[in-house]
Amino acid sequence: MTSFRFAVNVTPKPGILDPQGRAVEGSLGHLGIVGVSAVRVGRRVELTVDGVDEPVARGVVDQLARELLSNPLIEAYTIEPIGATSSTTSTDAAGEG
Amino acid sequence: MPVRIGVVVFPGSNCDRDTIHALDLAGAEPVALWHERASLEGVAAVVLPGGFAYGDYLRAGVIARFSPIMRAVAAFANGGGLVLGICNGFQVLAEAGLVPGALLRNTSLRFAGQEVAIAAERADTAFTHALGVRRPLRMPVAHGEGCYYADEAALDQLERNRQVLFRYVDASGDNAGPGNPANPNGSLRAIAGVINAAGNVAGLMPHPERAAEAILGSDDGMGIVRSLVESAARVSGSAAPAGVGAR
Repeated sequence: MTSFRFAVNVTPKPGILDPQGRAVEGSLGHLGIVGVSAVRVGRRVELTVDGVDEPVARGVVDQLARELLSNPLIEAYTIEPIGATSSTTSTDAAGEG
Repeated sequence: MPVRIGVVVFPGSNCDRDTIHALDLAGAEPVALWHERASLEGVAAVVLPGGFAYGDYLRAGVIARFSPIMRAVAAFANGGGLVLGICNGFQVLAEAGLVPGALLRNTSLRFAGQEVAIAAERADTAFTHALGVRRPLRMPVAHGEGCYYADEAALDQLERNRQVLFRYVDASGDNAGPGNPANPNGSLRAIAGVINAAGNVAGLMPHPERAAEAILGSDDGMGIVRSLVESAARVSGSAAPAGVGAR
Protein backbone atom coordinates (compact mmCIF):
# COMPACT_ATOMS: atom_id res chain seq x y z
CA MET A 1 0.00 0.00 0.00
CA THR A 2 1.24 3.44 -0.92
CA SER A 3 0.12 6.87 0.19
CA PHE A 4 -0.67 9.54 -2.36
CA ARG A 5 -1.17 13.19 -1.59
CA PHE A 6 -3.65 15.28 -3.56
CA ALA A 7 -5.13 18.74 -3.54
CA VAL A 8 -8.76 19.28 -4.51
CA ASN A 9 -9.42 22.79 -5.79
CA VAL A 10 -13.08 23.77 -5.55
CA THR A 11 -14.21 26.93 -7.31
CA PRO A 12 -17.58 28.55 -8.03
CA LYS A 13 -18.79 27.55 -11.48
CA PRO A 14 -18.64 30.20 -14.20
CA GLY A 15 -21.69 32.43 -13.97
CA ILE A 16 -22.38 31.64 -10.32
CA LEU A 17 -22.49 34.77 -8.25
CA ASP A 18 -19.42 34.88 -5.99
CA PRO A 19 -19.91 37.58 -3.34
CA GLN A 20 -16.54 36.77 -1.74
CA GLY A 21 -14.71 37.27 -5.01
CA ARG A 22 -16.56 40.51 -5.57
CA ALA A 23 -15.61 41.75 -2.09
CA VAL A 24 -11.95 40.92 -2.70
CA GLU A 25 -12.09 42.68 -6.04
CA GLY A 26 -13.73 45.69 -4.43
CA SER A 27 -10.88 46.01 -1.95
CA LEU A 28 -8.18 46.18 -4.60
CA GLY A 29 -8.70 49.89 -5.10
CA HIS A 30 -7.81 50.47 -1.46
CA LEU A 31 -4.45 48.84 -2.13
CA GLY A 32 -3.85 51.07 -5.12
CA ILE A 33 -3.87 48.06 -7.42
CA VAL A 34 -5.46 48.41 -10.85
CA GLY A 35 -6.00 46.03 -13.73
CA VAL A 36 -7.15 43.03 -11.70
CA SER A 37 -10.55 41.57 -12.49
CA ALA A 38 -12.67 38.41 -12.42
CA VAL A 39 -11.62 37.43 -8.89
CA ARG A 40 -13.18 34.12 -7.83
CA VAL A 41 -12.75 32.71 -4.33
CA GLY A 42 -12.77 28.94 -3.88
CA ARG A 43 -11.42 26.40 -1.46
CA ARG A 44 -8.47 24.03 -1.52
CA VAL A 45 -8.49 20.75 0.37
CA GLU A 46 -5.29 18.73 0.70
CA LEU A 47 -5.43 15.09 1.68
CA THR A 48 -3.49 11.85 1.77
CA VAL A 49 -5.04 8.66 0.42
CA ASP A 50 -3.82 5.07 0.71
CA GLY A 51 -4.14 3.00 -2.44
CA VAL A 52 -2.52 0.28 -4.48
CA ASP A 53 -1.68 2.77 -7.22
CA GLU A 54 -2.34 6.37 -8.18
CA PRO A 55 -5.45 5.81 -10.34
CA VAL A 56 -7.15 3.93 -7.50
CA ALA A 57 -6.26 6.64 -4.99
CA ARG A 58 -7.41 9.32 -7.39
CA GLY A 59 -10.72 7.51 -7.81
CA VAL A 60 -11.33 7.80 -4.08
CA VAL A 61 -10.49 11.51 -4.18
CA ASP A 62 -12.83 11.99 -7.13
CA GLN A 63 -15.75 10.43 -5.27
CA LEU A 64 -14.98 12.50 -2.19
CA ALA A 65 -14.75 15.68 -4.27
CA ARG A 66 -18.01 14.98 -6.08
CA GLU A 67 -20.11 13.92 -3.10
CA LEU A 68 -18.74 15.97 -0.24
CA LEU A 69 -16.13 18.62 -1.04
CA SER A 70 -18.09 20.27 -3.85
CA ASN A 71 -21.74 20.89 -4.62
CA PRO A 72 -22.03 20.08 -8.34
CA LEU A 73 -24.91 22.56 -8.72
CA ILE A 74 -22.69 25.51 -7.97
CA GLU A 75 -19.07 24.38 -7.84
CA ALA A 76 -16.46 22.78 -10.09
CA TYR A 77 -13.37 20.98 -8.87
CA THR A 78 -10.00 19.85 -10.12
CA ILE A 79 -7.73 17.23 -8.58
CA GLU A 80 -4.01 17.76 -8.51
CA PRO A 81 -1.33 15.38 -7.20
CA ILE A 82 0.99 17.21 -4.83
CA GLY A 83 4.21 16.42 -3.03
CA ALA A 84 5.94 13.10 -2.85
CA THR A 85 4.10 9.83 -2.50
CA SER A 86 5.35 7.48 0.14
CA SER A 87 5.01 3.81 0.90
CA THR A 88 3.74 3.02 4.38
CA THR A 89 7.06 1.44 5.36
CA SER A 90 9.02 4.67 4.96
CA THR A 91 9.71 6.92 7.94
CA ASP A 92 7.94 9.97 6.69
CA ALA A 93 9.89 13.22 6.77
CA ALA A 94 12.65 11.76 8.98
CA GLY A 95 15.73 13.91 8.96
CA GLU A 96 14.04 16.85 7.29
CA GLY A 97 14.45 20.32 8.55
CA MET B 1 -53.50 10.85 20.82
CA PRO B 2 -51.53 13.83 19.55
CA VAL B 3 -49.56 13.20 16.39
CA ARG B 4 -45.84 12.54 16.93
CA ILE B 5 -43.50 14.78 14.95
CA GLY B 6 -39.74 14.30 15.02
CA VAL B 7 -37.29 17.19 15.35
CA VAL B 8 -33.79 16.15 14.33
CA VAL B 9 -31.04 17.43 16.59
CA PHE B 10 -27.62 17.79 15.00
CA PRO B 11 -24.56 18.95 16.91
CA GLY B 12 -24.93 22.70 16.43
CA SER B 13 -28.71 22.79 15.99
CA ASN B 14 -29.97 25.74 18.00
CA CYS B 15 -33.63 26.10 17.03
CA ASP B 16 -34.65 22.58 18.02
CA ARG B 17 -36.17 23.68 21.35
CA ASP B 18 -38.08 26.54 19.72
CA THR B 19 -39.39 24.16 17.07
CA ILE B 20 -40.43 21.62 19.70
CA HIS B 21 -42.23 24.40 21.60
CA ALA B 22 -44.09 25.57 18.48
CA LEU B 23 -45.12 22.01 17.57
CA ASP B 24 -46.34 21.54 21.13
CA LEU B 25 -48.41 24.74 20.87
CA ALA B 26 -49.93 23.38 17.66
CA GLY B 27 -51.09 20.26 19.46
CA ALA B 28 -48.45 17.77 18.32
CA GLU B 29 -46.27 15.54 20.44
CA PRO B 30 -42.75 16.59 19.43
CA VAL B 31 -40.00 13.99 19.60
CA ALA B 32 -36.33 15.05 19.61
CA LEU B 33 -34.30 12.74 17.35
CA TRP B 34 -30.54 12.72 17.94
CA HIS B 35 -28.67 12.67 14.63
CA GLU B 36 -26.81 9.45 15.42
CA ARG B 37 -30.01 7.44 15.47
CA ALA B 38 -30.71 5.34 12.42
CA SER B 39 -34.48 5.27 12.92
CA LEU B 40 -37.21 7.91 12.98
CA GLU B 41 -39.05 6.01 15.72
CA GLY B 42 -42.32 5.94 13.81
CA VAL B 43 -42.99 9.69 13.76
CA ALA B 44 -45.58 10.99 11.30
CA ALA B 45 -43.46 13.92 10.06
CA VAL B 46 -39.94 15.28 10.49
CA VAL B 47 -38.61 18.80 10.97
CA LEU B 48 -34.96 19.67 10.38
CA PRO B 49 -34.51 22.74 12.56
CA GLY B 50 -32.29 25.79 12.26
CA GLY B 51 -28.82 26.18 13.67
CA PHE B 52 -25.26 25.62 12.56
CA ALA B 53 -24.97 21.85 12.24
CA TYR B 54 -21.31 20.84 12.45
CA GLY B 55 -20.38 24.51 12.59
CA ASP B 56 -21.44 24.91 8.96
CA TYR B 57 -17.93 23.74 8.04
CA LEU B 58 -17.20 23.14 4.35
CA ARG B 59 -20.69 24.23 3.24
CA ALA B 60 -23.75 24.84 5.38
CA GLY B 61 -25.65 21.58 5.75
CA VAL B 62 -23.30 19.27 3.90
CA ILE B 63 -21.77 17.40 6.82
CA ALA B 64 -25.14 17.01 8.54
CA ARG B 65 -26.38 15.48 5.32
CA PHE B 66 -24.15 12.48 6.00
CA SER B 67 -25.38 11.95 9.57
CA PRO B 68 -26.79 8.47 10.21
CA ILE B 69 -30.33 9.79 10.66
CA MET B 70 -30.31 11.44 7.24
CA ARG B 71 -30.41 8.05 5.55
CA ALA B 72 -33.69 7.41 7.37
CA VAL B 73 -34.94 10.92 6.59
CA ALA B 74 -34.18 10.45 2.87
CA ALA B 75 -35.95 7.07 2.81
CA PHE B 76 -38.92 8.59 4.67
CA ALA B 77 -39.05 11.54 2.24
CA ASN B 78 -38.71 9.33 -0.83
CA GLY B 79 -41.58 7.23 0.50
CA GLY B 80 -43.84 10.28 0.71
CA GLY B 81 -43.21 11.23 4.35
CA LEU B 82 -43.64 14.89 5.31
CA VAL B 83 -40.35 16.72 5.92
CA LEU B 84 -39.92 20.42 6.64
CA GLY B 85 -36.48 22.08 6.75
CA ILE B 86 -36.14 25.46 8.40
CA CYS B 87 -33.07 27.63 7.73
CA ASN B 88 -30.11 25.29 8.36
CA GLY B 89 -32.58 22.43 7.90
CA PHE B 90 -33.39 23.82 4.46
CA GLN B 91 -29.67 23.90 3.68
CA VAL B 92 -29.37 20.25 4.75
CA LEU B 93 -32.33 19.25 2.51
CA ALA B 94 -30.80 21.11 -0.44
CA GLU B 95 -27.40 19.49 0.07
CA ALA B 96 -29.12 16.10 0.28
CA GLY B 97 -30.94 16.79 -2.99
CA LEU B 98 -34.34 16.37 -1.31
CA VAL B 99 -35.39 19.84 -2.44
CA PRO B 100 -34.05 21.59 -5.56
CA GLY B 101 -31.45 24.35 -5.61
CA ALA B 102 -28.58 25.56 -3.46
CA LEU B 103 -28.13 28.24 -0.82
CA LEU B 104 -25.20 30.55 -1.44
CA ARG B 105 -23.55 33.08 0.81
CA ASN B 106 -25.71 36.18 1.21
CA THR B 107 -24.83 38.66 -1.54
CA SER B 108 -24.35 41.33 1.15
CA LEU B 109 -21.67 39.09 2.71
CA ARG B 110 -23.37 39.95 6.00
CA PHE B 111 -25.25 37.71 8.37
CA ALA B 112 -28.92 38.58 7.94
CA GLY B 113 -30.70 38.77 11.30
CA GLN B 114 -33.93 40.70 10.80
CA GLU B 115 -37.66 40.39 10.37
CA VAL B 116 -38.79 39.79 6.80
CA ALA B 117 -42.14 39.50 5.06
CA ILE B 118 -42.89 36.50 2.89
CA ALA B 119 -45.84 35.41 0.80
CA ALA B 120 -47.03 31.84 0.51
CA GLU B 121 -47.42 31.11 -3.19
CA ARG B 122 -49.71 28.16 -2.59
CA ALA B 123 -52.41 27.33 -0.07
CA ASP B 124 -52.90 23.76 -1.24
CA THR B 125 -49.81 22.13 0.27
CA ALA B 126 -49.17 20.13 3.42
CA PHE B 127 -47.17 23.08 4.76
CA THR B 128 -49.49 25.99 3.95
CA HIS B 129 -53.12 24.84 3.89
CA ALA B 130 -53.89 26.14 7.37
CA LEU B 131 -52.58 29.65 6.70
CA GLY B 132 -55.47 32.05 7.20
CA VAL B 133 -53.72 34.77 5.25
CA ARG B 134 -51.07 34.03 2.67
CA ARG B 135 -49.34 37.41 2.66
CA PRO B 136 -47.58 39.10 4.15
CA LEU B 137 -46.28 36.69 6.77
CA ARG B 138 -43.83 38.38 9.12
CA MET B 139 -41.07 36.28 10.66
CA PRO B 140 -37.35 36.50 11.33
CA VAL B 141 -34.43 35.32 9.25
CA ALA B 142 -31.04 34.55 10.80
CA HIS B 143 -28.51 33.24 8.32
CA GLY B 144 -25.31 33.94 6.43
CA GLU B 145 -25.96 31.57 3.54
CA GLY B 146 -29.52 31.95 2.35
CA CYS B 147 -29.19 33.20 -1.20
CA TYR B 148 -31.36 30.80 -3.16
CA TYR B 149 -29.75 29.71 -6.40
CA ALA B 150 -30.66 27.43 -9.28
CA ASP B 151 -29.83 27.99 -12.93
CA GLU B 152 -32.35 29.75 -15.17
CA ALA B 153 -33.70 26.55 -16.69
CA ALA B 154 -34.18 25.02 -13.25
CA LEU B 155 -35.87 28.20 -11.98
CA ASP B 156 -38.25 28.18 -14.95
CA GLN B 157 -39.07 24.58 -14.25
CA LEU B 158 -39.73 25.36 -10.57
CA GLU B 159 -42.20 28.06 -11.62
CA ARG B 160 -43.93 25.76 -14.11
CA ASN B 161 -44.26 23.02 -11.48
CA ARG B 162 -45.42 25.55 -8.84
CA GLN B 163 -42.54 24.53 -6.58
CA VAL B 164 -41.80 28.03 -5.32
CA LEU B 165 -43.55 27.91 -1.97
CA PHE B 166 -42.55 31.23 -0.36
CA ARG B 167 -41.19 34.53 -1.71
CA TYR B 168 -39.81 37.59 0.03
CA VAL B 169 -42.13 40.56 -0.44
CA ASP B 170 -41.60 44.26 0.20
CA ALA B 171 -43.80 46.75 2.04
CA SER B 172 -46.02 47.21 -1.01
CA GLY B 173 -46.51 43.46 -1.26
CA ASP B 174 -44.47 43.04 -4.43
CA ASN B 175 -41.98 40.20 -4.83
CA ALA B 176 -38.57 41.35 -3.56
CA GLY B 177 -36.00 40.16 -6.07
CA PRO B 178 -32.22 40.43 -5.64
CA GLY B 179 -31.29 44.03 -4.93
CA ASN B 180 -34.60 44.87 -3.26
CA PRO B 181 -33.82 45.77 0.39
CA ALA B 182 -36.71 43.52 1.48
CA ASN B 183 -34.77 40.54 0.10
CA PRO B 184 -32.32 39.73 2.91
CA ASN B 185 -29.84 37.61 0.98
CA GLY B 186 -30.05 38.15 -2.77
CA SER B 187 -32.19 35.09 -3.48
CA LEU B 188 -33.05 34.73 -7.15
CA ARG B 189 -36.69 35.45 -8.03
CA ALA B 190 -37.28 36.38 -4.37
CA ILE B 191 -37.39 32.70 -3.42
CA ALA B 192 -37.58 32.14 0.34
CA GLY B 193 -38.77 28.54 0.26
CA VAL B 194 -39.41 25.68 -2.15
CA ILE B 195 -41.24 22.37 -2.21
CA ASN B 196 -40.26 19.16 -3.97
CA ALA B 197 -42.18 17.98 -7.02
CA ALA B 198 -44.09 15.36 -5.03
CA GLY B 199 -45.24 17.98 -2.52
CA ASN B 200 -44.08 16.24 0.67
CA VAL B 201 -40.72 17.93 1.33
CA ALA B 202 -40.33 21.68 1.80
CA GLY B 203 -37.68 24.07 3.02
CA LEU B 204 -37.56 27.76 3.84
CA MET B 205 -34.95 30.15 5.19
CA PRO B 206 -37.23 32.25 7.48
CA HIS B 207 -38.13 30.90 10.92
CA PRO B 208 -41.86 30.20 11.42
CA GLU B 209 -41.13 28.73 14.86
CA ARG B 210 -39.73 32.07 16.00
CA ALA B 211 -42.99 33.74 15.01
CA ALA B 212 -45.39 31.31 16.61
CA GLU B 213 -46.82 33.41 19.43
CA ALA B 214 -47.97 37.03 19.65
CA ILE B 215 -45.52 37.60 22.51
CA LEU B 216 -42.69 37.01 20.01
CA GLY B 217 -43.89 39.94 17.90
CA SER B 218 -45.64 37.82 15.31
CA ASP B 219 -47.57 34.60 15.19
CA ASP B 220 -47.66 34.49 11.40
CA GLY B 221 -45.43 31.42 11.42
CA MET B 222 -47.97 29.40 13.37
CA GLY B 223 -50.02 28.77 10.24
CA ILE B 224 -47.10 26.88 8.74
CA VAL B 225 -46.53 24.86 11.90
CA ARG B 226 -50.24 24.11 12.20
CA SER B 227 -50.43 23.07 8.55
CA LEU B 228 -47.67 20.54 9.12
CA VAL B 229 -49.24 19.19 12.30
CA GLU B 230 -52.69 18.79 10.70
CA SER B 231 -51.20 17.14 7.61
CA ALA B 232 -49.16 14.76 9.74
CA ALA B 233 -52.21 13.91 11.82
CA ARG B 234 -54.10 13.04 8.68
CA VAL B 235 -51.44 10.72 7.25
CA SER B 236 -50.89 9.02 10.59
CA GLY B 237 -54.58 8.44 11.15
CA SER B 238 -54.59 10.43 14.38
CA ALA B 239 -57.69 12.47 15.10
CA ALA B 240 -57.44 15.13 12.42
CA PRO B 241 -59.58 18.18 11.90
CA ALA B 242 -61.85 17.53 8.93
CA GLY B 243 -61.88 19.38 5.67
CA VAL B 244 -58.45 20.93 5.42
CA GLY B 245 -56.28 21.00 2.34
CA ALA B 246 -55.52 18.44 -0.29
CA ARG B 247 -52.82 16.46 1.41
